[in-house]
Amino acid sequence: MMWWLLMQSAQANTFMPPAATDIAERVNSLYGFLLWASFISCVLVIGGFIYFAFKYKRRSENDKTAYISHNNFLEFLWSFVPFLIFMAVFVWGWAIYSQMRTFPEDALEVHVQAQKWSWSFEYKNGRKSSGELLIPVNTPIKLVMTSSDVLHSFYVPAFRAKQDVVPGRYTALWFKPKYKGEYQIFCTEYCGEQHSGMLAKLKVVSREEFDDWLANDPYKGLAMEEVGQKIYTARCAICHHTNDQKLVGPGFGGLFGREETLQGGEKVMVDENYLRESIMNPNAKIVAGYPSGQMPTFAGQLSEQEITGVIEYIKTLK
Amino acid sequence: MSTANTTEYHHHTAHHFDSADAEYRASKLGLWVFLMTEILMFGGLFVGYIIYHQKMPETFAAGSKFLDWKLGSLNTVILIFSSLTMALSIYYAQIGKKAMVLYNLYITFFCGVGFMVVKSIEYSHKIHDGLLPGSLFHHAAEAGSAGVAHLPIYFSFYFVMTGLHGSHVLVGMGLIAWLIVRAHKGHFGPQYYTPLECVGLFWHLVDLIWIYLFPLLYLVG
Amino acid sequence: MSSAPGVNYLNEKSGLWSWLTTLDHKRIGIMYMISVLSFFAIGGAFAMLIRWELFGAGKNIVDAATYNQFMTFHGAIMTFMVIIPGVPAFLGNFFLPLMIGAKDVAFPRVNLLSWYCLMVGAAISFWSLFYHGADTGWTFYTPYSIQTDNGTTWLVAGAFVMGFSSILTGLNFIVTVHKLRAPGMTFFRMPLFIWGLYSTAVIQVLATPVLGITLLLLIAERTMNIGIFDPAMGGDPVLFQHFFWFYSHPAVYIMILPAMGIISELITCYSKKTIFGYRAIAWSSIGIAAVSFFVWGHHMFVSGQSEVAGIVFSFLTMLVGVPTAIKTFNWVATLYKGSIEFSAPMLFALGFIFLFTIGGVTGIMLAVTAVDVHFHDTYFVVAHFHYVMVGGTLMAITGGIYHWLPKMFGKMYNEGVARFSFVLIFIGFNVTFFPQFVLGAMGMPRRYYDYLPAFEPLNKVSSLGAWTIGVGFLFALYVVVDCILRGKKAPDNPWGAKTLEWQTSSPPPHENFTTQPVVTGGPYEYR
Repeated sequence: MMWWLLMQSAQANTFMPPAATDIAERVNSLYGFLLWASFISCVLVIGGFIYFAFKYKRRSENDKTAYISHNNFLEFLWSFVPFLIFMAVFVWGWAIYSQMRTFPEDALEVHVQAQKWSWSFEYKNGRKSSGELLIPVNTPIKLVMTSSDVLHSFYVPAFRAKQDVVPGRYTALWFKPKYKGEYQIFCTEYCGEQHSGMLAKLKVVSREEFDDWLANDPYKGLAMEEVGQKIYTARCAICHHTNDQKLVGPGFGGLFGREETLQGGEKVMVDENYLRESIMNPNAKIVAGYPSGQMPTFAGQLSEQEITGVIEYIKTLK
Repeated sequence: MSTANTTEYHHHTAHHFDSADAEYRASKLGLWVFLMTEILMFGGLFVGYIIYHQKMPETFAAGSKFLDWKLGSLNTVILIFSSLTMALSIYYAQIGKKAMVLYNLYITFFCGVGFMVVKSIEYSHKIHDGLLPGSLFHHAAEAGSAGVAHLPIYFSFYFVMTGLHGSHVLVGMGLIAWLIVRAHKGHFGPQYYTPLECVGLFWHLVDLIWIYLFPLLYLVG
Repeated sequence: MSSAPGVNYLNEKSGLWSWLTTLDHKRIGIMYMISVLSFFAIGGAFAMLIRWELFGAGKNIVDAATYNQFMTFHGAIMTFMVIIPGVPAFLGNFFLPLMIGAKDVAFPRVNLLSWYCLMVGAAISFWSLFYHGADTGWTFYTPYSIQTDNGTTWLVAGAFVMGFSSILTGLNFIVTVHKLRAPGMTFFRMPLFIWGLYSTAVIQVLATPVLGITLLLLIAERTMNIGIFDPAMGGDPVLFQHFFWFYSHPAVYIMILPAMGIISELITCYSKKTIFGYRAIAWSSIGIAAVSFFVWGHHMFVSGQSEVAGIVFSFLTMLVGVPTAIKTFNWVATLYKGSIEFSAPMLFALGFIFLFTIGGVTGIMLAVTAVDVHFHDTYFVVAHFHYVMVGGTLMAITGGIYHWLPKMFGKMYNEGVARFSFVLIFIGFNVTFFPQFVLGAMGMPRRYYDYLPAFEPLNKVSSLGAWTIGVGFLFALYVVVDCILRGKKAPDNPWGAKTLEWQTSSPPPHENFTTQPVVTGGPYEYR
């Protein structure tokens, strides 16, 4: 029986993704204890009432029942014992929570910018990346986060780490990954149509690999449209197909050189200037049939090289 | 239960109450509970005001300078006076002086009118100057004065708080008008004055809320 | 005033107009029943569609924008139109006066007004559908709710009006309980359902106005852009969450406290035994209501509120666990040496204890700050609150409806089908929501239109379970309709219950009792 319980509790722990930080391991132990305690109380309550229900099943309509109004000792017991358990897990949770909220002095800071519906990251030296957060292993990382439109929430299950990202202010989060590998980043605060698609990867690599990556120009040796394709995959693909199908916004296939009708009835030719304006100031000219206000601006987020890259990439999509 | 006199109005106790007194006390309890909900509703706004006042004290100091404390004081006096006449009307109902009940109700009602007139003078000034809530704000505030950055939020609070309060004054005036109609029909006397008492309590609450609003918006800088 | 034999509240007057203008709390209760059950059907249909869309990864039936509307309307309908009015305004309206020996609630006209508020509010909410619906989720978090370009304003306005319905019902119940109890009906002789309703009424009256002002500000935000919750204008979006949860956490207890009251009635009646620890259960209702006002921040551990706030709210949330535990243990102890009949209402009551216990212990897990950081806004939370709201409240409502059908309509229901509906609902429920605990532990966030392939198998199971629940509730609906149309005549007290509502005829006459009842003992004197 005990063995079976142990196995159950061990397996239950594996429902969570494997813990990849020390804090995540501590959360796991607390969660394991909670599962155990919960399981035992469920067995007591549920087992208890099922046992009573069958033992004292009605025999006849004229059954006489015991008149037991209360029992102070028992009632004290089953309020005080749960109270003690609650206090224990409260203090335990508090201890881990303060570790989560106490930021190490020597942490490597990365700025996180959330917007509908992508994540982008900027390092101290100005190196930017989007859709993928690359960090060195065994180093405390502090994320300083803000949003340019609505609430988002940065969540890495393997680190048991989560923090809402709020427009107009900075929130922060830290973790220290123990293992190299690739982890999933989710957005866990509802943020509109493509909320469930607002994903990113977190890559933990060796220190050398990280330093190397940080120092290098990410687009070295790439053609303009290849730069654009990279940006497309990280930032645009959530709302725009590469064919001519509508997703949230229009598909890019065959877009360049087409004449579109705007909401006001005006016509516009999709050329480099229109594309550029649509990236920097998306609500200026909305094509009829699309809602305004859906697309966030990318002004200040993409470099000149990247904007040109995207435009060149769109030109290649027929 | 005696039959109603043809000249004298006689209030019928609702069927589920044992006595007129039970009904009176139930109505009063119900009204107190209702007033509690009003206090909590305005309480939410007051909490919001306090939080923002703390966040941007300069804005609130700058904002309150745009309000005319003289008009605000005038309105305060009007409302406090109307609370007195409201209370008097109940008193006269209890001692059976029906003419005085009406007289005091009319005064209370016109105090309400006076309050709304002053309020609309203030509002039209604000509208004229573009001192409006949120994105409607278009006042050309003199450059360089501290806190002007968030002035629209100050005026959001000003308009939401005084607007909600003003709508309560209007509702109160409607209720007093209804009381006046009933008082003309001679419905109120020492035996039955529950509606007077209940509307009176409501009117006092509206007055009380203004007594908090006035210093918070006009005086606290 | 005594009425002729055979005349009761149902047949005393006839015609639609006599119903729409009635001041009889029983008729108003029945009107609430019809509205709430209709809203439940609509909200349930949205649930079925949600699970259909989530049956497989990627697109199944609708696009993401439509799914978000389903999710929003499911949540808004189920909270504002079903669970909040479900127990107090429907069963409470019908039985509160009967159970304390009163002829009606204190303010019958206000009572009717509250029903109209619900209907008008619901109509306004549904009006949003003509403006491309709403896609904010039922929580209306700013600034998304300020920016989204659709009928959200209507949905918010509808919820605002429905708030009045809730306030008026609560107000009425407080005054009725204080002023209209029958002679001899002291506070500690009141049935525990009344204690539940009374605590609920206190919450309704104290918390709902804050929701009212919050929604009003949100409407102003959307129409005039007043900026208080809008970061673009210097406002604070997190303040909205504080305001919202200051109401909406107590609202959770509006949903569960009266349901707990129903369970106390069912457990005693079908085990023919007095309740174990009456005073502890009664006081625990008040205790839960009191503490419920100070725990809202546990919805916001990762919202950006301070660490100290998180810890304080975690502590206070633990305190709610204690009175809840007392209730559960006392119900189980009541069964000891009882005479337990496995009738359909009792099955629902036992099912309630089963599911509520799981909902309760997972609630404690979520109250632990460090663990909640992982679980917040994942399917673990979805599973937890469905265990409490559906496994708790809806099980109690269904059990309560079966239990009181003979009193409400004077007819007996089909016991076999009723038990079968329990089996389907109970099994379907666990199949739906237990996998969601696992999904949450794995890290699947809630309000997701699409998910990673790793989450697919459990989502399939969950959807199959959901459809089982759906079928189960169809059977339950059949039981109710069949009972009303074709049920055999019910005796006045078919279950041998001791509370006052069973001491009058079935269905009760217009003024509830032909002679004023006088109370001489507690509510559960099974000796």
